[in-house]
Amino acid sequence: MAMTLTSDIVREKLTEKFGDSLTEWAQPHGILTFCVPRDMNLKVLSFLYDDESLAFRFLTDLTAVHYPDRAGEELCVVYHLHNLVANRRLRMKLYAPVTQPDVYTATRIFSSANWMERETYDFYGVHFIGHPNLKRVLNVDEMDYFPLRKEFPLEDQTRIDKDDEMFGRG
Amino acid sequence: MARPVRFNLHEKSTNDWGINQASMPEGHMGDGFFATSFDKVVGLARKNSIWPLPFATSCCGIEFMATMASTYDLGRFGAERLGFTPRQCDLLMVMGTIAKKMGPVVRQVYLQMAEPRWVIAVGACASSGGIFDSYSVLQGIDQVVPVDVYVPGCPPRPEAIIDGVLRIQDLIHNEPLRRRNEESYKALMESYGIE
Repeated sequence: MAMTLTSDIVREKLTEKFGDSLTEWAQPHGILTFCVPRDMNLKVLSFLYDDESLAFRFLTDLTAVHYPDRAGEELCVVYHLHNLVANRRLRMKLYAPVTQPDVYTATRIFSSANWMERETYDFYGVHFIGHPNLKRVLNVDEMDYFPLRKEFPLEDQTRIDKDDEMFGRG
Repeated sequence: MARPVRFNLHEKSTNDWGINQASMPEGHMGDGFFATSFDKVVGLARKNSIWPLPFATSCCGIEFMATMASTYDLGRFGAERLGFTPRQCDLLMVMGTIAKKMGPVVRQVYLQMAEPRWVIAVGACASSGGIFDSYSVLQGIDQVVPVDVYVPGCPPRPEAIIDGVLRIQDLIHNEPLRRRNEESYKALMESYGIE
């Protein structure tokens, strides 16, 4: 590849292909970041994968963030992609409502998404449509909530010996 | 020139061959016989030949490795031989954070040990969950298995672990032979759902 792959080129190519449906362009910590509509994640991911000059063929990370204050788009699913040849990174986000957090699975494109989506389901309850084995991966199977959602307190609720007064918060 | 630091200031109770001997249990001695109660002899034998099963999951396990190594040398107390199968061991040593997902494993290991068996919880995490007051960590292994001795510390120094083992030795030494057939012991096991 003669020309280095810059953020501008990536943005140009994506805008050319998908137009105005990609939003929230930013570059925090030097990583190009944008937001896709919830039902377009696979289209954008496979375009980024298949295009010879873009070739984002490594899924570094897949996780979620819970924003309880954003009504209708409480859960944000984040994909981190890496072009290993040009050593460029990319961050792709999408929002889903917490009442129906359905997102298409990326396991058909990246096999590594399998466990990462299970983990995201485990902690945030994002429902990945088409995932081959969407069940908890880190927490106990009996757990009946998604512990990293903000409404659940971090501390273990089964503990009965903790006297709040002894911790200065009675 | 004399060494400035002297070790072993206190006289040891050694015999003619310079070997340390455990003190005799109480009993009646005469010409050619010695009579004592059976459980004292059994207790003496058991407490000086503990086979520990290390269940080390984090930093307390590193302290335990120091405890077993030459400087602290748990072998001095007859607990030299670690068993890595629960079926051979008497003392389950749980050292480190036990996640809720690991809880059934600890319990399974305990169930595989033969009676009589003892459990020591080393460190704050195994005793109470420690600093990990969190959705994923078991808040003390006594939620899944009965514990005989708790060793505090985060992590405890090898001296503290040795002290815990000595407390276990006291328990073993003074345990009546019938203890594990008693109703109170059965009730304790039943409270953990163990038959």
